[in-house]
Amino acid sequence: MTTERKRTYIWEFPVRLTHWVNFFVIIFLSVTGLYIGGPFIHPTSDQSFTMGWMRFIHLVAGYTLLMMVIIRVYWAFAGNKYANWRVFLPLTGRQRHDLGDATKYYLFVSKKPPYAAGHTMCAGIAYFALFLLFLFQIFSGFALFSYNSPGLVHEILGGWLTSLMNIQAIRFWHHLVMYFIWVIALVHVYLAVWLDSVEGNGLMGSIFGGYKFITGKEWE
Amino acid sequence: MGEASGSIYDSLRKKGVSRRDFMKFCSLMAATLALPVGGAAKIAEALEKAQKPTLVWLEFQDCAGNTESFLRASDPTVAQIVLDLLSVNYHETIMAPAGKQAEKSLADTVKNQKGKYLVVVEGAIPLKDGGVYCTVGGRAAIDIAREVCGNALATIAMGACAWDGGIPAAAPNPTGAVGVKDAVKGITLINLPGCPANVVNLTGTVVHYLTFGSLPLTDSMGRPLFAYGRRIHDDCERRAHYDAGRYVREWGDEGHRKGWCLYQMGCKGPETFKNCPAQRWNQGTSWPVEAGHGCIGCASPHFWDTMTPFYKRLENVPGFGVEATADKFGAGLAAATAAGLIVHRIARAAKKKSSEEEGK
Repeated sequence: MTTERKRTYIWEFPVRLTHWVNFFVIIFLSVTGLYIGGPFIHPTSDQSFTMGWMRFIHLVAGYTLLMMVIIRVYWAFAGNKYANWRVFLPLTGRQRHDLGDATKYYLFVSKKPPYAAGHTMCAGIAYFALFLLFLFQIFSGFALFSYNSPGLVHEILGGWLTSLMNIQAIRFWHHLVMYFIWVIALVHVYLAVWLDSVEGNGLMGSIFGGYKFITGKEWE
Repeated sequence: MGEASGSIYDSLRKKGVSRRDFMKFCSLMAATLALPVGGAAKIAEALEKAQKPTLVWLEFQDCAGNTESFLRASDPTVAQIVLDLLSVNYHETIMAPAGKQAEKSLADTVKNQKGKYLVVVEGAIPLKDGGVYCTVGGRAAIDIAREVCGNALATIAMGACAWDGGIPAAAPNPTGAVGVKDAVKGITLINLPGCPANVVNLTGTVVHYLTFGSLPLTDSMGRPLFAYGRRIHDDCERRAHYDAGRYVREWGDEGHRKGWCLYQMGCKGPETFKNCPAQRWNQGTSWPVEAGHGCIGCASPHFWDTMTPFYKRLENVPGFGVEATADKFGAGLAAATAAGLIVHRIARAAKKKSSEEEGK
């Protein structure tokens, strides 16, 4: 491994912002969503407003997630090459090659870590899947909300889904997809910590400050 | 089974219905139809002049539950009003004639009053194998429906089965049952889903027609907005308990005895649109949620398939046995992922150790 490392700005502010806001929003949405699906707090006071607050937080967090998705989609076109939409899909031969390399390393077939300045191709595909899951959660969430509060905004944001799926199926998948997001989050943290330890390029720090320490030979 | 003669009001007076009771009925109808101030007077004016509309009632793949609902008027005065509004020429369950005589009264109505009579359809219509799974007097339901509904002024599909096939159409739908809207195209149709539909909404639909000369406005699924425009959850008397977080968690527990929200017991009020909380049943005596049982969503599309399990919030995960709920499946998935990552971490450590040993 070369020792010559250059401090390089990889993750621009909008990327880091959406990452950390999503981090908190997913936690809030999961806890309140689990409560809404199966209330686990049992107030007895006639002054309580538990479900009311849970739904309020869930809806505010839902709108926040929608805003983060909009910002990130915009940045996929306006941001630097590490944030560009092309990094999420194996479009080039180089990308497909990297997909094979990264997969082999994760499965212990190869011993060469997938040095990447931005995302590895595996990560890119995982985040694209995550993006689709977010979209589904947003549309299905607003579809459920449209029953509560019929109107044009909710119709556009997800009410249209009720003509394609029955409302209970929407509720079921909205619930189940949360767990799929957890799976991606768990694997994401695990692989990030691992790659940070073997590549030593400040990967874990980069999501806070935006900089990685790279040699210039990384796949980009 | 009377002849269509004289105005509805005259006929009611002859039966001994007082002016006061008549006006009370008009007020009930005005409230049901959500008419503005003066609506009751307008209805009264219309009914004083209107002739009784002729009505035939067809039963196909049904349990006669909507007929029961139709006849279950507990207050005698109101029952008279409901039955005297209409001149029922054919109704298999309650008519006196039988066999050929009965079929003749249906054929006569279709022939003599073509384009002027109303049809109520109760029950689903099977289409599979040429419609052989439901026949009346040797004719397939689909043939009867096409002829009778096709020549009618308007058709009222009463109950879940006549709307979208209901229980006969539930998976796997062995007889290919469908509702009137899919069986007979191009007719004037209004749907009153529910299992059964509430007779007040049937009366309201007829009164709307008699008063305004048109059928009430409907939603995208052909259901009148006056009866299916509001969500049960939003008009529920237990709604405050829902917002507060006070739920029945087990039948007969403290919350159930105190009348708390039935959400956790699988109540489908949050996804069902009907006027049950306002209209109630059996002349406004009670309705399921008031009686301590959750809504089963019987006015929702394909409710037997989509609203089950009735006593749980969500359906089960298919392919994992009957008790695999979304939460059990999801928690299992997350746990399996975590376990997989731990195994991966151990494998990494073992691999590192072995390569260090190789390097020695």
